[in-house]
Amino acid sequence: MSGKYKKVAYYPGCALEGTGHAYNRSTKALGKELGLEITELKNWNCCGAMEVKNIDPKLQTYLSARNLSIAEDMGFETVMAPCNGCYHNLKKAEYDLAHDQASREVNSRLSEKAGHNTYAAGKVETIHALDWIKEAVGEEGLKARVKNSLKGLKVANYYGCMYTRPRHIFPEKDQGPGSESTSKPHFMDDLLAAAGAENVDYPLKTACCGGAHTLSDSDTSTKLVLNLLTTAEACGADVIATECPTCHTGLEMHQVRAEKVLGRKTSVKILYFTQLLGMALGLSPRKVGVHENMSDSSDLIRAKGLG
Amino acid sequence: MTDPRSMSLDEISVRLDEIVVTPDAALAAAASELADELLAAGEAILQTWLIARGETPTDRMVEGFRLLALHRQGARGEPSFNACRETCRELVYHHNLVRLDPGNPDTARRLRLGAMVGKHLALFIGGKLEVAGLGEFCCSSRPLRQSEAQPAETM
Repeated sequence: MSGKYKKVAYYPGCALEGTGHAYNRSTKALGKELGLEITELKNWNCCGAMEVKNIDPKLQTYLSARNLSIAEDMGFETVMAPCNGCYHNLKKAEYDLAHDQASREVNSRLSEKAGHNTYAAGKVETIHALDWIKEAVGEEGLKARVKNSLKGLKVANYYGCMYTRPRHIFPEKDQGPGSESTSKPHFMDDLLAAAGAENVDYPLKTACCGGAHTLSDSDTSTKLVLNLLTTAEACGADVIATECPTCHTGLEMHQVRAEKVLGRKTSVKILYFTQLLGMALGLSPRKVGVHENMSDSSDLIRAKGLG
Repeated sequence: MTDPRSMSLDEISVRLDEIVVTPDAALAAAASELADELLAAGEAILQTWLIARGETPTDRMVEGFRLLALHRQGARGEPSFNACRETCRELVYHHNLVRLDPGNPDTARRLRLGAMVGKHLALFIGGKLEVAGLGEFCCSSRPLRQSEAQPAETM
């Protein structure tokens, strides 16, 4: 548990203002309940996501670096990004600026042209919302605050692909006991277990959700998601906990599509880990945006006494 | 044991689905053979991808498994392949669980989950083959493709 993450800059990213709004709402509500302070970056921009990155990776590095320069200008040493895509891209920018002269040159040229400070690697640390809760509060801190235990709730923790890949841009991971693992991530498992949940051994926790293909090749995405859902059910999970708005939306959308197009109905629920933790701390389902989810988990929430 | 090496990706998917719905007793009765079949299915899936790319699938082993060597071969020059790294490792893990303790009461479940993991690998690779151009477009692949990056001169 570290005091340095008690106050962090907050980079919600585009998805959390749209389809992932429930994640935005629940992250803020959870932080407030835990006494953590987040300050949204002023005038932040897109991280470059997949679209820019696939056309011009160095432009994506610049776009992410601009957000890091804003955090630096605001006096923060840490920026927290709940979206896996944003988190990944800020980490990638950090890596590229530290290791690639051409990236530094492009960043410098574009920053100068845009009239803001040029971000240099090592000035601001990027963390995920999982790191934030894990380090600033920790499992014991969470346990002490639980009002509605998640006891009896079987959870498949789904981390998606971008939280751990490629591993070289996450130098703090795989550093032995206490650190996150890129091959078997466990921070979400740890936090939800602290809130009383029973984590199932989910073998597809970092498998592809087909997010990048969701519009261009919907059928493949639907089949991939259906396999994620049916495997979670085979593991005995009541709910899949997510930590990425792209994965979350994909799971929800393709759960519906799998029933319509493939005639395969699955009943496992999909909730952000921040929603589950928030409800465990006594926040109402509405307060953590459950009503904004496409996946209707109200019956499960009532049955488990969470709202 | 059915030999997945003579099957297409679609046939492998069908076979994996069959394993998923096989009754517990039948799974337990053929546990070791099925564990080997799942591993072979994983190898066949990756071989299909490598052959489609014009490569000769390796016969090498990584950590004692050809599947992991094939993954490493596939990931070279194709970073999006890394998105199935843990899927391959999970297949090996489930194979080992069953092979080391075939009489375990959980064996049928382990085989079933192993088949579902294999199915994910088949879907992932099948999707990449189906739309080869789009296969390059992967959430976590592009950052490694620095050599292809174009300078942002238009800005």
